[in-house]
Amino acid sequence: MNADAKTEIKGRERYRAGVLKYAQMGYWNGDYEPKETDLIALFRITPQDGVDPIEAAAAVAGESSTATWTVVWTDRLTACEQYRAKAYRVDPVPGTPGQYFCYVAYDLILFEEGSIANLTASIIGNVFSFKPLKAARLEDMRLPVAYVKTFKGPPTGIVVERERLDKFGKPLLGATTKPKLGLSGKNYGRVVYEGLKGGLDFMKDDENINSQPFMHWRDRYLYCMEAVNHASAVTGEVKGHYLNVTAGTMEEMYRRAEFAKELGSVIVMVDLIVGWTAIQSISEWCRQNDMVLHMHRAGHGTYTRQKNHGISFRVIAKWLRLAGVDHLHAGTAVGKLEGDPLTVQGYYNVCREMKNEVDLPRGLFFEQDWADIKKVMPVASGGIHAGQMHQLLDLFGDDVVLQFGGGTIGHPMGIQAGATANRVALEAMVLARNEGRDIAHEGPEILRAAAKWCKPLEAALDTWGNISFNYTPTDSSDFVPSVSVA
Amino acid sequence: MRITQGCFSFLPDLTDEQITAQVEYCLGRGWAIGVEHTNDPHPRNTYWEMWGNPMFDLRDAKGVMMELEDCRKAHPQDYIRLNAFDSSRGLETVTMSFIVNRPDNEPELRMTRAESRGRGQRYAWETQR
Repeated sequence: MNADAKTEIKGRERYRAGVLKYAQMGYWNGDYEPKETDLIALFRITPQDGVDPIEAAAAVAGESSTATWTVVWTDRLTACEQYRAKAYRVDPVPGTPGQYFCYVAYDLILFEEGSIANLTASIIGNVFSFKPLKAARLEDMRLPVAYVKTFKGPPTGIVVERERLDKFGKPLLGATTKPKLGLSGKNYGRVVYEGLKGGLDFMKDDENINSQPFMHWRDRYLYCMEAVNHASAVTGEVKGHYLNVTAGTMEEMYRRAEFAKELGSVIVMVDLIVGWTAIQSISEWCRQNDMVLHMHRAGHGTYTRQKNHGISFRVIAKWLRLAGVDHLHAGTAVGKLEGDPLTVQGYYNVCREMKNEVDLPRGLFFEQDWADIKKVMPVASGGIHAGQMHQLLDLFGDDVVLQFGGGTIGHPMGIQAGATANRVALEAMVLARNEGRDIAHEGPEILRAAAKWCKPLEAALDTWGNISFNYTPTDSSDFVPSVSVA
Repeated sequence: MRITQGCFSFLPDLTDEQITAQVEYCLGRGWAIGVEHTNDPHPRNTYWEMWGNPMFDLRDAKGVMMELEDCRKAHPQDYIRLNAFDSSRGLETVTMSFIVNRPDNEPELRMTRAESRGRGQRYAWETQR
């Protein structure tokens, strides 16, 4: 592409009917310095063969803001230069020929306050189907403080959740009730009671437990709350069960949430697939009703996993923190589901930090000031077990819910024993870490020592001690060689 | 019944040496430690009695251990816990809490049920000795 093709055309020539390059229309400006109030998006783009990366970046900026394929004179009725998003930087992706990181800045006026639906309709509305690109992925986003402040964020947040639960200084423990489909309400509540009595803080509905023929939602809620309250009575602890309120309509979701409240539940959950507007609505309801909101990221893998196309989960996590969830499944690094340790730690930092610094190995491209919006509790769930406790604590610290579904319910001595094994492993590891021991290396030894007086832990280690999920991650940083734990 | 509130209730009761190590961990992070006691371990009993204010500006774990010893002498049959407070912006809450004394005979929490709308129950717990 010659220099002219990359230069904005000004004045009358700009608005002559016909087709111009996106860069010529003003969607590329290599000298642009983003304002503090600009929203910045970082896309990974793979232009079609022969398409200049700068023109491709300009097209991304154009198609995610004001442009259409041809010149329109009606632009001249508006302050159109301000509405145009501006691609201002294009870097080749290290070690990946044909892919480019392109930075696009958007003026704040482009977005409605407090609406993730509006934000996403702009930024990911059209551009991902755009023919001149083979693929595009939204890698990261810098949200200006002025925009962050238009969102209420998590209804409860880590600090208040811990105060309500009266649980401090160590990760929370949970488990998903299994099998996830087929149990009657009464059988289901049995699993909840056993897990909580055995030592877990939370039990959980799975993403696809709603109100199927084998178990009506009201039955499940009633039996689960009997289990939760009974378990509190025999342990002296506050306990909870994430009652999934996901349903076909918002009206039905509210109906279920109201019943959960009436029964005294401290927490409800929704699935990511209910959509942004429903998430913001149920978040508002939770805020009005003192309810912790658990978000299960069902479906995200369809667009977050492949590196060349889709949306990085770190962006989804940022949107969810704005939209307002209290718990968010953010990966385990060591379990059965996708995610290399550094990339997953990047998601956790998005959930929990007051301010994110630039951290390329963890996939954080921008400084992000969260303007005191509450923190989201990340949830590690999927194929983890007591034998990994040292790794989990070392990777994620205290503010996380560790969920051992199979690792509790599949225990050879029963569900209570499975829960106890996890709880003892966790407390022994926290104690050792606080005493200054190097848990990353001494972990297995610390677990074995605790197993000497705790039979359930011994059985858990004997059953799962050697299980690991060692596959090469699909989605890892472009800036350091990827390492696997386990 | 063993009440399992706090960080380490599933472990054997901590020795004073172990408690000292945890206190040192807290002090090393700039947290202030408060000693609290109660005879009512109800899960919603938020405000246990304070054995003095949290100990700000304390550097030596011995200070906490002396207060704990005094509290144990005065209330040997109470639950006693150590709470660590972090005053950093964005936290400003308790960051760690663990039980360091229990009565010889721990109470039961009796659950009562009352009929409510539909098949719902109103649950309550009562501490019983």
